[in-house]
Amino acid sequence: METITTTNFKSEEYFINMGPQHPATHGVLRLLLTIDGEIIKKVEPDLGYIHRSIEKMCERDSYQQIVHLTDRMDYLSSHINNEAVCLTVEKALELEVPERVKVIRTILGELTRIASHCLWWGVMGMDVGALTTYFYGFRDREMINDIFEETCGARLTMNYNVPGGLMFDIHPNFVNRTKEFIKHFKTKIPEYDRLLTGNVIFEKRTKGVGVLTKEDAISFGASGPVARASGYSCDVRKHHPYSAYNQVNFNEALATEGDTFARYQVRIQELWESISIIEQLIDNIPEGDHKVATNAVIKLPKGEYYQKVETARGELGVFVVSTGTKNPYRMKFRSPGFSNLSLLNHISVGGKIGDLVATMATLDLVIPDIDR
Amino acid sequence: MNISLNITKTIQELLQGFMGEDSAYYGAMITVALIYLAIFAVAGLYLVLLERKVAAWFQLRLGPNRVGFWGLFQTMADALKLVSKELTGTVKADKFLYNLAPYFVIVSSLMALAVFPFTQGFQAFDINIGIFFLIAISSIGVIGILLGGWSSNNKFALIGAMRSGVQTISYELSVGLSLITMVLLTGTLQLSEIIEVQKNGWLIVQGHIPAIIAFCIYMIAGTAETNRAPFDMVEAESELGAGFHTEYSGMKFAYFFLAEFINMFIIAAIGTTIFFGGWLSPFGVTESLPWLGVFWFLAKTLILVFLMMWFRWTFPRLRVDQLLTLEWKYLLPLNLLNIVLMAIMVWLGLTIQF
Repeated sequence: METITTTNFKSEEYFINMGPQHPATHGVLRLLLTIDGEIIKKVEPDLGYIHRSIEKMCERDSYQQIVHLTDRMDYLSSHINNEAVCLTVEKALELEVPERVKVIRTILGELTRIASHCLWWGVMGMDVGALTTYFYGFRDREMINDIFEETCGARLTMNYNVPGGLMFDIHPNFVNRTKEFIKHFKTKIPEYDRLLTGNVIFEKRTKGVGVLTKEDAISFGASGPVARASGYSCDVRKHHPYSAYNQVNFNEALATEGDTFARYQVRIQELWESISIIEQLIDNIPEGDHKVATNAVIKLPKGEYYQKVETARGELGVFVVSTGTKNPYRMKFRSPGFSNLSLLNHISVGGKIGDLVATMATLDLVIPDIDR
Repeated sequence: MNISLNITKTIQELLQGFMGEDSAYYGAMITVALIYLAIFAVAGLYLVLLERKVAAWFQLRLGPNRVGFWGLFQTMADALKLVSKELTGTVKADKFLYNLAPYFVIVSSLMALAVFPFTQGFQAFDINIGIFFLIAISSIGVIGILLGGWSSNNKFALIGAMRSGVQTISYELSVGLSLITMVLLTGTLQLSEIIEVQKNGWLIVQGHIPAIIAFCIYMIAGTAETNRAPFDMVEAESELGAGFHTEYSGMKFAYFFLAEFINMFIIAAIGTTIFFGGWLSPFGVTESLPWLGVFWFLAKTLILVFLMMWFRWTFPRLRVDQLLTLEWKYLLPLNLLNIVLMAIMVWLGLTIQF
């Protein structure tokens, strides 16, 4: 008779589809998982379920129209996406926008970041099983959406930036409501911490899970909070300031552990930094025009232009090749989510299904941003 | 108020007036079963409503408030909807087991209800192995979950079912051992006698330190046993979609759902009976009115139910290996030590008696 050793017991690997319709993928991401029992052996993201060929559509549209398309990429940072395209066009035209525009863009950008992180925080809690966080995150995001609605007329797809400035001036209530929100939100971040951060189960679920080293973060092209949690200082706002970021003091949120908990803490830290940035600017919005005049038909000079900004997810790069016509010859977006998603297999293999979900939550993926 | 000692016996005597002894016996059984079925199906629905309301209070919402006053008929309407829904299923499911699974779950939870004394003598079935019966019956439910997950031919359902099997079997030990700790104090397994013993002080007071430890272990293990958050591995929404009942619809899904809530009620009811004196009023304030025991029993049970809901809506979910670590490395050894501690205490007569 054959002696029974551990090698005689073969466990069988099997394959499951996580997505395109799955609660943890937050959209239409499909992950092909190879699993041994509960242990992840391989994760293969399969994209293409929400591809709308935005980059190709850009080649057909004028530069003012392109701004509108970018809302539909990373819809949680729509304002920052708009800003990125406008900055690229302004850079190409060598257009100097008024100080007022720069400051307002910065404030709106930071509000967007807070709104995005609020949503992320709620969803993060939900992914690790604490359903209540979702509603707390949305309560605060709702206040920002109300501010946006008053000023931009929209709550999700802002379309507020135009090449050369802003579409309208800010609403008279904007400053007051933003101050009110900041006052409110400062009392709410400690509440977030009490509900989730210090929880034993939450720490057990996140500490040491999905560890990303600094070297890997750089080689995979990670950016944003994901890379900063691994100790890679890559904040575009700090290293290549645009708009009014060179006028404000703020710290780049950094951590060294590179695990899921570090990514969580970096984002919470970013909330405080965003508040500090808004506080520094909100009382000093310079007077002036909200826009400089541009031609009705914008034609970029022949050449290649690149501008990057820091969205709530990381580095968004806009690359334009112009042949001097009213449309770009080629438009390329370097989206943060795509590079961050490419990490997923690397950091989640060997973990459990629950770890994969927690890791994915802190990568903060927005699928339409990955799948343009 | 003069309530007879046993409701089954009362009905049996009533029926004996106009039928034979045997048929009266079975008639009484069936009547009681039907009454329990009706009452607890409705009670389960209202527990669902309570859960939704509690969730809403935790989550800055209002909860259901459209159907009936304060949303009182919301879950009734949901149940009616589920009854009228088409029963769908997978083509390649093992039809027999697939259809059988929900009944295991619901029957095991309803059967466990039979032994609870709601007040003095208000008990369907007063057997001398009450606690043993409860532990045995409540472990049948997991068979339904395993069958349901396995037979529906869905990998997510299968993972959910296997997690459930692992979880329930592990935590059953803790539930059983923490109850045995208390049995050391009472010296009987019969639920009515356990309550008699508590007339000298609720067991959580009588057994003080080990009893409180046992209660904590019991609540943790009980929550895990009902597959509720933070131990809801089985249907971990963000991981497995709906877990073992992914492929169930309509009334079959409703059975699983209802069973979860009745199980929660049962865990709370056992906790009340064993630790908090069952239907006994605090300090004997309503001792002269035994029928008020129903009120005290339900009040205490609902407080424990609320505690479990509180867990669910504030805690994140554990990972499956952490769940097993918690049980096998911490709760089980602690439980065994606690039994020894309790035994020494009972031996030395260190219990608190009023």
